This record gives sequence, structure tokens and C-alpha cells, in this order.
Amino acid sequence: MNAWIGHIATLVALLVAGGGAAAAFFAGRTGDARYMQGARRAGVLVFVLVLIAFATMERALITHDFSVSYVAQVGSRTTPLFYTVISLWSALEGSILLWALILSAYTALLVRWSRRHYTEPNGDSQVPYALGTLLAVNVFFLLLISWPANPFRILSPAPLDGPGPNALLQNSPFMGVHPPLLYTGYVGMSVPFSLAIGALLAGRLGTDWPKRIRRWTMVPWTFLSLGILAGAWWSYEVLGWGGYWAWDPVENASFMPWLTATAFLHSVMVQERRGMLKMWTITLIVSTFLLTVLGTFLTRSGVLASVHAFTQSPIGPFFLVFLAIVLLGSLALLAWRSETLESEGRFDAVLSRETAFMINNLLFAAFAFVVLLGTMFPLIAEAVRGAKVSVGGPYFNELSVPIALLLVFLAGVGPALPWRKGSLELMRGKFRWPFVAALGVAVLLVVFGVRQPLALLTFALAVFAAGLLIEEFATPARARRRNTGESLPLALARVIGSNRRRYGGYIVHSGILVIAVGIAASATFRKEAEWTLRRGTAADIGRYRVQFDSVWAVKEPNRDGVIAATTITTAGQPFTKLYPRLNYYPTAIEPIGTPAVRESLREDLYLVLMAYTQDGQQATLKAIASPLVGWIWLGGGIVALGAILALWRSRAEAERQARAIDRGGEAVRHTAPVH
Amino acid sequence: MAMSSRKLTVAIGGIVILLVFAYLIWGGIGNNLVYFLTPNELWAKGPKAYGASIRLGGVVQAGSIRWDADKHELRFRLVDPSGATRPVEVESSGLPPQMFSEGIGAVVEGVWSPDSVFHSHNLMVKHSNEYRAPPPGAKPAEYYRELFRNQQS
Repeated sequence: MNAWIGHIATLVALLVAGGGAAAAFFAGRTGDARYMQGARRAGVLVFVLVLIAFATMERALITHDFSVSYVAQVGSRTTPLFYTVISLWSALEGSILLWALILSAYTALLVRWSRRHYTEPNGDSQVPYALGTLLAVNVFFLLLISWPANPFRILSPAPLDGPGPNALLQNSPFMGVHPPLLYTGYVGMSVPFSLAIGALLAGRLGTDWPKRIRRWTMVPWTFLSLGILAGAWWSYEVLGWGGYWAWDPVENASFMPWLTATAFLHSVMVQERRGMLKMWTITLIVSTFLLTVLGTFLTRSGVLASVHAFTQSPIGPFFLVFLAIVLLGSLALLAWRSETLESEGRFDAVLSRETAFMINNLLFAAFAFVVLLGTMFPLIAEAVRGAKVSVGGPYFNELSVPIALLLVFLAGVGPALPWRKGSLELMRGKFRWPFVAALGVAVLLVVFGVRQPLALLTFALAVFAAGLLIEEFATPARARRRNTGESLPLALARVIGSNRRRYGGYIVHSGILVIAVGIAASATFRKEAEWTLRRGTAADIGRYRVQFDSVWAVKEPNRDGVIAATTITTAGQPFTKLYPRLNYYPTAIEPIGTPAVRESLREDLYLVLMAYTQDGQQATLKAIASPLVGWIWLGGGIVALGAILALWRSRAEAERQARAIDRGGEAVRHTAPVH
Repeated sequence: MAMSSRKLTVAIGGIVILLVFAYLIWGGIGNNLVYFLTPNELWAKGPKAYGASIRLGGVVQAGSIRWDADKHELRFRLVDPSGATRPVEVESSGLPPQMFSEGIGAVVEGVWSPDSVFHSHNLMVKHSNEYRAPPPGAKPAEYYRELFRNQQS
């Protein structure tokens, strides 16, 4: 029953999306608003249908309906309810169903948004074309779940029980957070892509399109950032090696579109302000979408092995065809419209914010290229030379560290430079005290025994950039206090409120600086030790003394566990107790560990139970002490706050923008209210 | 139309940056390749394989496992999965995974040195990335059941 409902819902959604896409394109060509109306209804209907399919799958999972093929694949009667609910995205078919749900939700949002930005009968054709493109992307993913990756196949006779989700994925609650966040970011890049294609098809490449597309990119960008960090945190908390990033193909697949989307968010500002870099900007957003499709192809088709890769599946060729269509179609469109994408402005001076943005964009593009090449190289090597190779982590580190350091530097310098032309005197004034602060911190660190040049450089650059950012807040706030007599905090709040987009962006930059410091410190000053201890004995790592107390076994419904108890002291004082454990799932060959982590902003102590003797007298423990790891997660929170602030428009701003669009002549609506 | 000197400067600068960048990437990849080999392929490469990063996959030879508890060092031999050939002597530091045993597939990451010993810094018991239930023979649970029994007694 569930299988039928789900499968029929996806099939109908496929037809509706196809019809809606056709109607939207027709509306774009003819300007016939009735077709646009039909396409909008189709967009909403697709969302409702996919939601039904999704809810049906959840119901099948929760009620253990093993006649549904996907439930038989990932479900189990003994899996706890929480992991049963999230097991929907623990394998290929279900994860594409989640993808389709998020995509259709974005489609419904675009439909809602189009009410304000497309008004019949004289609406411009960008919005219909964009909706048509987005519905066409829906068609592709709905095709996947109705045919080659159909999760709703009927099993007869239905098995009595299933294996449960992949043991690694039911070992941490992060699995409930990381994939939905990541997908919301990843899939959301389809919307700015569709708007860009719509703008190209409609030939509407005036000054207003960057504004429309920027907010639609900010939202998925924020989710993608958080999704990547949540994935890093998951890897840290679960995998037991004390690291958070391994340049695994799937990590790279999520990181590459983040890089190009970040470049886009910057270059779009240059286009908005100066009418420059148009071709480049639109190429970036198209590349972002292409990279999400490529990443999904690489990691979901089985061509690259990875900890995240699902089983070999028949969807590879589908992705290749889709990728080829998107790539060739976009290239053809860009070539066709290249004349309208000529730059309006030109560079006035080398010392200007435009230059900073240009360098920023080159760095982000180079970064994305480095990651892309390293990820694809094994495929190229196997095709060309027949050799099975992989590109080691050092390649990525060697090339990304210098790029990342330059970006840290620019995160502060860019905002400090004025548009058009900066003067050396102005710069000297602005750079003075941040430079002194950076130098001071570097000297202090050297005095306290820090000798690693890369870490020193990172900290100094981060302090320098942070100093410049603080000036961007402090200078106008002080000026405002002088003029109005307000208190400094109030003046600061008013200054931030007066331009949330700008100051939100600077807060995002500060978050990135905090993350950079966390990465540099935890990668450089990490200590690691492995000991075999008898009961009651202890060993030292850094300032901690770890004593092994006991080890015992527990039975749980879905797994059995072996837990070691340890007492940690620092300088003779009790510090904490940690309980690292090993989990034995009936379906996993090897036990899966749950490291015990004592997290703090200063330093994390991370314990892994490696082995134990059967009499419980002895245990082998791995201990890792890494400083400032927590800064990475803290920085993620700051990035999210800044992004929300930047997205949060005041009513006045919204009205101003709506009026600006009205003046643009596309939404002529004087009688109706703006909201 | 002739190119203005400004454009020419930009073009040359761009090409130089691109070339430097390409050189860096090329060197970066070349120095950091990890080769996936089997013992037979390793012997076939011979001295050419010394010093390179290698991921060696084979089967743990019966009777070859020696564990030095004092040095926390493990020694064993890997044979080619395709059949009986010259085994490769492996030296690995740290405790092996609990499933590690004779006859099991194992993957070691490290370098091969001229003394024909493979120095591994990472030892993995081979199981495909593909997720599946353990084969009937494998009994991961046996080990900790003993701990249960000891607790009860």
C-alpha cells in the first residue's frame, strides 16, 4: 500500500513537473500569463506530491512496512525510533527522495516569490524561464526516484525484518542534522542557477538581476556552510581519528560549490556597484550548480570510493547525461548572450575594493580548481594510464594553505578598501593599529614558545584582519556617538542596523577568521598517544593524566557496547571522567567506536577505546589533545549569525527594493500593496 | 584592432600566473600520489616503488603474525589475493583492528624500503565500502561475549 502511494505520487509529480516546465517556458516565450499561472500551480503541486511521497516513506519506515524495498534495505525492528526516522537518508534512493523534497520546496518558494516579481500581463520573461528551468531540474530528480533509484519497489513476499541502517550512520545523532543541512544548501544552488538561466534566456542582464539572485544564493550558502561544518563535527565525534576533514571525495564535493558560491557572493557585489565582471559572475553561479551535480555524480555513482559513497548504482549514466546537457546548454547560452554581458564600468585604481574582490575571486576559483583536480585525478589517471592511484591529503594541504592564508588577509583588507580609488594615506591610518596588534600577538606567541611559522602567520594574519574589521564597526559607531550623544553600544547597534547586509557580511568574515585560527591551532599543536593500561594505572598526555578504571559490556536493543571508564586529572586535581566505548552492531563486521570528548574552547581531550582484554583487566586507549578545535564550531555559529543578519531586511529596505524594481519597469503595480 | 599595451600587460601577467599555478598543481599532485598495489604488482615494480606512498592490499599469510608488546609493533606478511606468490613483509606500529587475523584481507598504507620491508603507518582490515552483513564465518561478537561471561561470574 505504502509502496503504491509513494510510487504513484512520484510518477504524478514527474508528469506535473514536466508539464509545468513546458508551460513556464511557453509563458516566457509568449508572455501569456495564463501559462505562467499553470506553471505556478504545477510548482506547488509538485511540492505537495513529493511531500506525500516523503511522508509515505517515513510512515513505511516507522511502521516497519518491509514490503517497501527501501524499508527492507535500511529498516530494522530493533533500530531506535530516532534513527528509523533519519534512516530515510541513509542510503542512495532515500537520499535522492530527500533531495527531491528540498528541491520541490525551493520550487514552491520561488512560486511564492514570483507573485511579487512577476505581474501579468506585462511581466518580464526571466521569472517564467527561471521557474521552467527549476521545474526541469525537478523532472530530472523525480525521474531518478521513479525509475533507476526507485525506493518504492514492492517486495513480495515482504521480509520479516531488515538489517537496519548502516551501522556508522546510526552511531551518532549528527546524522539527523548534517545531511538535511547540507542538502538544503546543495540543492538550493539550483535556484540561483535557474534565475541565471532565466536572465540569460530573457536577455535581462541589467543592473537589477544581481539583487534578485544574491538573496537566493545567500540562503543555500548559509545552509551549505553549516552543513559542511556539521559534517566535519560528525566526522570528529564519530570516526575516532580526532580529525574533522580528510579531503575525502564527498567532503570535496560539498566544498567545491561552497567555494564558487562564495566567490559569486563577492563578485555579484562588484557587478551591482560597478556593472563589472558580469560574464564571470554568471559563470560562477552556473559552475556552482554544475559542481553540485558533478559532486553527486562522483559520489553517488560509485566511480570514486569514499567513506560516504553508497553502493554501486545504475544512476551514473543518468547523471552524466544530465551534466552534459546542463554544461553544453549553459555554455551555449553564455556564448549567445556574451555581448550583453560586456562590462559597463572599468577599473579606476589598483588600490580599491574592486581589486580586492578580483583577487578574492581568483583565489576562490583557484581553490575550487585545486580541489576539483585532486578529486578528479584518480579518474583521469585510471583512464589515461590504467593506474589505480589516489591523491594524498598533503597535496590538498600544500596548495590550499597559502590560498586560505591570502583569503584570511583579504577578509580584513577588502572591507577596509574604498570603492573606486583608495589613497595610501587613508590606508596607512587604517592599517596602523591592526598591524601593531598582529605584530604584538606574533611576538607574544614566540615568547611563549610557539615556533611553527605557518601557525604564527595564520594567527598574525587573523589578528590583523580582525583589527581591520573591528575598525569598520568602531569608526562609524564612534562618529555616531559624537553626533548623537548615544552610548557606544547603542550607537554600535544603530550602525549595524542601518546596513545589516554590510555588517552581517563583516560578522561572517569574523566567523571565518575564528574558524581559520581553530584549524591552524588544532592542526599544528595536536598531541597524540596510545597506551595499553592495566586497571588503576595512568598515563600522561599534555597536561592531562588519564587513569583507566574499568571496562564493562552493556546490552542495548540495537547494539551491544563495551565501555571503558577513565578518570582524568590535571596537576593532581580531578578534571573529568570520560567513557569511550566500542559498539557492536549485528550488521557491522568491525566494532564502531564512540570516542569520548571533553570539549572546551581552550582544548579538547579526545579518548578512543582501541582494545581491551577479555578479563577486563587491561585496555588500550588512544588519546588526542588538540587546542582550539571548539573555535571551528564557534566560528560556524558566528558565520550563521552574520548571514542571518545580512539576510534580515528591515521593512524599509524591502520597500525600497520593491520600489527600485518598480522603477525598473518590470513590476508595474501601483494599485496593489507591495507586500 | 591592435591590442592596447595595458591589455597586453594584463594578458602576459595572467599567463605567467597561470603557468606558475599549473606548475604548483602538477608538482603537488606528482609528489602526493598514493598508488594502490597488490604484492605481485609491488614486486613487479621493484626498486621503482621504494619511497613512494603505497596502499598495499593483500591477504595476511597464515602463521606470519608477530606482535611485539613492548615496542607496540606488529609484523606480518601479505600475500597476493590472486594466488601463492612471494609475500611482502610488513611492519606496522600500533595495535591492529580487533578483526585482524590470519587469512583476512588487509590494506596497509606506507612506504616500501630497500630492505624489502613495507613500513605501514595505517593498517585496515579490508571490507568493501559497500555496506553488507558480515559473512557467516565472521563472528565479531564472540570477543566481547567473553567479557559478559566474566562480568557474570
